[in-house]
Amino acid sequence: MTRPLIDTDCSVETPEGINFNSTIAGTVPRALAYVIDFSWRLLIYILLAIVSAFIGNVGWGFFLIFSFLLEWFYPVYFEVFRNGQTPGKKSMGIKVVNDDFTPVRWNTSIIRNLLRSADFFPVLYLFGIISITCSKKFQRLGDMAAGTLVIYAIEERKQEITSDVKPVLPAAPLTLDERQAIADFTDRTDVISEPRQIELTDILTPLTNSTGKSGLIKVLGIGAWIRGKKDKG
Amino acid sequence: MKQIDFDQKYSPIWKSFEADIDNHNGRKAKLDPAFPENYRKICNHLSLARQRHYSEELIDYLNQLVMAGHHALYKQDNRIKLGYIGFALNVFIFTLRKYSKAVWLSTALFIMPGLLMGLACFYDETIIYSLMSPSDVAEFESMYDPSLDKIGRERGSDTDLMMFGYYIKNNIGIAFRTFAGGIFFGLGSVFFLCFNGLYIGAVAGRLTSIGYGVTFYPFVVGHGAFELTAIVFSGAAGLIIGYALINPGQQSRLTALKNAARDAVKIMYGAAFMLLIAAFLEAFWSSSTSLPVELKYAVGAGLWFFVIWLCFLSPLGRQREPN
Repeated sequence: MTRPLIDTDCSVETPEGINFNSTIAGTVPRALAYVIDFSWRLLIYILLAIVSAFIGNVGWGFFLIFSFLLEWFYPVYFEVFRNGQTPGKKSMGIKVVNDDFTPVRWNTSIIRNLLRSADFFPVLYLFGIISITCSKKFQRLGDMAAGTLVIYAIEERKQEITSDVKPVLPAAPLTLDERQAIADFTDRTDVISEPRQIELTDILTPLTNSTGKSGLIKVLGIGAWIRGKKDKG
Repeated sequence: MKQIDFDQKYSPIWKSFEADIDNHNGRKAKLDPAFPENYRKICNHLSLARQRHYSEELIDYLNQLVMAGHHALYKQDNRIKLGYIGFALNVFIFTLRKYSKAVWLSTALFIMPGLLMGLACFYDETIIYSLMSPSDVAEFESMYDPSLDKIGRERGSDTDLMMFGYYIKNNIGIAFRTFAGGIFFGLGSVFFLCFNGLYIGAVAGRLTSIGYGVTFYPFVVGHGAFELTAIVFSGAAGLIIGYALINPGQQSRLTALKNAARDAVKIMYGAAFMLLIAAFLEAFWSSSTSLPVELKYAVGAGLWFFVIWLCFLSPLGRQREPN
C-alpha cells in the first residue's frame, strides 16, 4: 500500500461524472497578488486624498466612504464581476473559485472577504498564512468558511502533434507502463537535449537492437506508433 | 483508437467549443445552443483520454476545456436587481429568528458588561481610566458638554457628510470585525461584543454621572436603535460560525463551518444595511441641535419599537424561507 503523493493538484467530480484537475496556488503567489492589489489601492487612496483635500469636508466624507468600500469590497467586486480575479491575482495568473470549481458568487465572495480581518489577525495575515500552510487545499480561514479555493488559471492552447518520424512496430509486446514511458518520452523530446535523449534510449538497446542515433530514431518511431501515427509509405 | 485518430476525429468539436467560449467570455456573446451537448461530449473525451493513457498534453488540454466549460455552464447571474432587497430583508429576518439563541447570547454578552461598567462608572469616577486614557475621557466629555451648541463630535454643519463617511467606515468596520472574530471558535466575537459593551457602558455611565446625560441620550437614542442592534446581530453572526466549529454535530467541522457561514452572512447583509441607516441618522438627524429634545426622544422610541417589531414580531420572515 503506497501512500498517495503529496502534490498541489486538486480534483473535483462534476455532475457529468468525470474528475477534472486544477493546481492550487500557495502562499507566495497569493501574497504577491495581495501586494500588487495593495499597491493599486494605495494609489487610489492617494489620488482620492488629493482630490478630497481640494473639495474640503464633503470630499473627506466621500473619501471615507470610498476607503471603506475599497477596504472591504475591492476584492468582492473583482471576484464577482471579473471572473474571480483581482488585478493582482490576474497578474499572478491565479483566480478564486468555489471548491467545486464553479465561479464565485456574491455570498461566497463576501464571506471570504469579511473574514479577511480574521486572517489578518494578529499582524500581516499571520493566521491566514498559518491556515494556508496547514490546510490540505491551501485555504485561509475565509476560504474555509466560504468554501473557496485559489487556483492557477492556466490558459494553455493545444499543440498539434507534428513529427516526421516513421512509425515503427516494437519488436516485442510492451506493457502499459512501458508504452506510457516511451510515448511520454516522445512527447517531451523538444525539452530534452539530443545527447541525453540518446543516453536514455541506449537503455532500450535490448528492444531496439541498436545504439546511438539509430536507436533514438527507432524509439521515437515506436512512440509515434503508440500515439497512432500511420505509415504513409 | 490511437491518439492521433482520436485527435483528428474530435478536434473540430474542441476547436469550435474553444471559440464559442472565447466569444462568450470576450465579447459577451450568447453561447451556442449546442454548448451543453458539446460540453458533455468533451467531458466524455477527457475520461476516454485518461483511460486510454493519451499524452499528458492532450489530457491537460481537454481538462482545461472542461474547466472553461464548467465555468461557463455553471455561471450564475450576478447582477443586482431591486427585487433582491426585499428578498434579502425577508431572509435576514428569517435567519435572525432561526438563530434566536445566538442573538440572545450576543445581546447578553453586549448588555451585561455594558450595564456593569455603566454602573461602576456612574458610582466610581476612577474606574473609567482602566479602559480609556485621560485624554480620551476629556475628549468625549467635551463632545457632550451641554454648554456647547453642537453635540456629538465637534463640528460645523458642513461636516455632516464627512461624519457620515466616518460612521460608515468606523461602525460598519467594527461590525465586520465582530463577525470575522467568530471564526476563532466565537472568541473574537465575544471579545468585540464585551469590549464594545464595556466601552459604551463606560461612556454612558460617566456622562450620566457628570450630568451630561441631557445631551448624550437625545443624541444616541435615534441611531442607537439601529447601531446597537446591528452590532449585536453581527456578534450573533460571529457566534453562529463559532458554534458550528465547536459543535459541528453530524457534519465535519469544515462542512458545518461552511453551512453556518452561509446563514451568518445573511445576517451580515441586514446588519450592514442597518448600520448604513444608523450612520445616516447619526450624521444628519442625531447631530441636529435645533430639534426639541422631546421630539428626539419620541422619534428614538419610535425607531426602537420599529426595529424590535421588524426583527422579532413582524410577519416578515415568518413564512418558510422563500426559494
